[in-house]
Amino acid sequence: MQSQTYNYKVVRQFAIMTVVWGIVGMLVGVIVAAQLVWPELNAAEWLHFGRLRPLHTNAVIFAFGGCALFATSYYCVQRTCHTRLFAPGLAAFTFWGWQLVILLAAISLPLGFTSGKEYAELEWPIDILITLVWVSYAVVFFGTVATRKTTHIYVANWFYGGFILTVALLHLVNSAEIPVSLTKSYSAYAGVQDAMIQWWYGHNAVGFFLTAGFLGMMYYFVPKQAGRPVYSYRLSVVHFWALIFTYMWAGPHHLHYTALPDWTQSIGMVFSLILLAPSWGGMINGIMTLSGAWHKLRTDPILKFLITSLSFYGMSTFEGPMMSIKTVNALSHYTDWTVGHVHSGALGWVAMVSIGAMYYLIPRMYGKTEMYSTKLITTHFWIATIGIVLYIASMWISGVMQGLMWRATNPDGTLTYSFVESVKASYPFWTIRVVGGVLFLTGMLIMFYNMVKTIAGQKPYEAPVLAPAGAHA
Amino acid sequence: MADFVSGFWNAYVMVLVFLSISFCVFVLVSNTTKRPSGPVGLHDHVWDETLQEYNNPLPRWWMYMFWITIIFAIVYLSMYPGFGNNQGKLGWSAVGQWEAEQKAAAEKYGPIFAKYKGMDLNAVAADKEANAMGQRLFLTYCAQCHGADAKGAKGFPNLTDADWLYGGEPDTIKTTILGGRMGMMPPFGPALGADGTKDVANYVRSLSGLAHDSLRAQRGKEIFTQNCVACHGPEGKGTQAMGAPNLTDKTWLYGSSEATIIETVTKGRTNQMPSFQAFLGEDKVHLLAGYVLSLSKAAAPAEAQK
Repeated sequence: MQSQTYNYKVVRQFAIMTVVWGIVGMLVGVIVAAQLVWPELNAAEWLHFGRLRPLHTNAVIFAFGGCALFATSYYCVQRTCHTRLFAPGLAAFTFWGWQLVILLAAISLPLGFTSGKEYAELEWPIDILITLVWVSYAVVFFGTVATRKTTHIYVANWFYGGFILTVALLHLVNSAEIPVSLTKSYSAYAGVQDAMIQWWYGHNAVGFFLTAGFLGMMYYFVPKQAGRPVYSYRLSVVHFWALIFTYMWAGPHHLHYTALPDWTQSIGMVFSLILLAPSWGGMINGIMTLSGAWHKLRTDPILKFLITSLSFYGMSTFEGPMMSIKTVNALSHYTDWTVGHVHSGALGWVAMVSIGAMYYLIPRMYGKTEMYSTKLITTHFWIATIGIVLYIASMWISGVMQGLMWRATNPDGTLTYSFVESVKASYPFWTIRVVGGVLFLTGMLIMFYNMVKTIAGQKPYEAPVLAPAGAHA
Repeated sequence: MADFVSGFWNAYVMVLVFLSISFCVFVLVSNTTKRPSGPVGLHDHVWDETLQEYNNPLPRWWMYMFWITIIFAIVYLSMYPGFGNNQGKLGWSAVGQWEAEQKAAAEKYGPIFAKYKGMDLNAVAADKEANAMGQRLFLTYCAQCHGADAKGAKGFPNLTDADWLYGGEPDTIKTTILGGRMGMMPPFGPALGADGTKDVANYVRSLSGLAHDSLRAQRGKEIFTQNCVACHGPEGKGTQAMGAPNLTDKTWLYGSSEATIIETVTKGRTNQMPSFQAFLGEDKVHLLAGYVLSLSKAAAPAEAQK
């Protein structure tokens, strides 16, 4: 009977598109990285760096990351609530609606339609579509939670829930705009207030879309794959609430030493520092879940992905608060260091935890427990890891180098290096970055092959809804 | 100085900051437990067959780290602006720091530049040390538009030839840098029409011996006489006093193709060089002027030979 199985269809759709959009988004990333090394590649206006760069960020964050979040949250919320997904029609709408958003982005951004807000470039009609999809997502997710058969809500669902609610708020506030035509609008805010709202959005997109959402993913797939209980319920309570409360404040650290009032900059900095412990709470809880099962890391490449992702998460959530300190920021801001920091989070944490989760999820969508080839997962893991290390190490070096070159002065107080000299000095590192990006993309192509081989000839599967196994006291 | 339009927002920010930090303290304190003496128990909830939770205490080192950041936040907010309108004990402000650094830099570097203040610009241009400083200033402040080699780009004049829009006298160069320049040619498209602009463009090309349609150039000459001589002069040799370019030489600010000249005539051109008097001060501008002068002096003999 229909009602006795979990809704895997929408999970399956999102899971497959996660891999597809991952390849597309990372391919565009490799192209823009190559354009910095070989400017001749800026062939036509719609293939120009300025237009492809937002396409890259939108594709990897919202298409790849977004589909991964939809797939895993729908999977996790059904299974941990022991009930079929609420409002299946709306769930199907979130899939097709989200794909339409991505398609419209892929068309409108290269054509040059943009609202000019970083990570929120899409024009107002697409913004409205995003809102509709997101509200439907919230109804499906919270509807499922509300109809759960368990007394308690599993920790992964707190994080998914926090992510869904906050992203709705962020999108509505930051995308408030006044349309002048179908393809052009202006922000409802002006000047420094617009900048403040933009980075309140921008940093919380990192905090809730790319952190809280993926922590939800971590809290389901790490204990599942490790076969071990979560390390500490208490720790998850503290770091969840502290994370939710303090992330909201951290945005101004993107605007140090600007026209933003001093008090706002200070608050942004101190709350970014307070964020270190709550962020690390998630890492500790994930990694310590493995205690007693460390040997599994040797043989299980999915666990390698998940645990390495937590290591990168810990590293970039240490780096972030450090870079938010004003004196450090004075060196790092506007340099490649920022780009390296973002990618240690995006490739190391977000992509790796998603890839691990997908390797767990995809075979189960077809009634299997393993991918076609475990060996290829191991290959993917090593290629991806080497790619990330090349990427972030080259960006660290070029970032610090740029920061030092820009502040170097002659005995008469003039600058030692003109800007173009720092550009010239960056070329070797930009080339290494392209190599790192190509490696990471290659890993995704291996994953695609593995996925096709896993799925080929298999019938879609829907698992029966389980009765909650509870010795509830 | 208050950043808030009313006292309400001051209080609003203070309350929210206080609540946020207090909340962190609250969740931390309320979840701090004694170290367990025996093995840590499992919570009895089970989700999805296997998902369970231990209830290990918070790691001590992690708690201490959390406390340190909270205490740092409180101390920082008492020393620096951040808690509403509170300026902080140190009385620091970004503007204050900037002003202090500017003052210190002026004291430290000012004398180095002031040394050349009274020196004749021709002598500055010939002085090796002054030129080295002038070049460093140029690379810092001027290269963005005029290029690291000072050869300019479309819309940005080449400074290494002996051709000048506003004149190449030492004092004129200095005046240009001090006060900036605003060059404006009005648009003639609406008045002349497509055909008229094409005619006048052909005449302009004929002035410097470029290939042109002589019939159009003939008609263009009449249009030129009626519309252009006020600035560019009857012979098209320009007027340096108003920055109107000489049209009979080989130097073109925007380009000499027929299409570009038509664009220039149709839409006009507006071009601005910013003023550097307030930004750099007269002493540095003096060195810059000397350096720019030296560039054209190096070019002048070569051009004379042509």
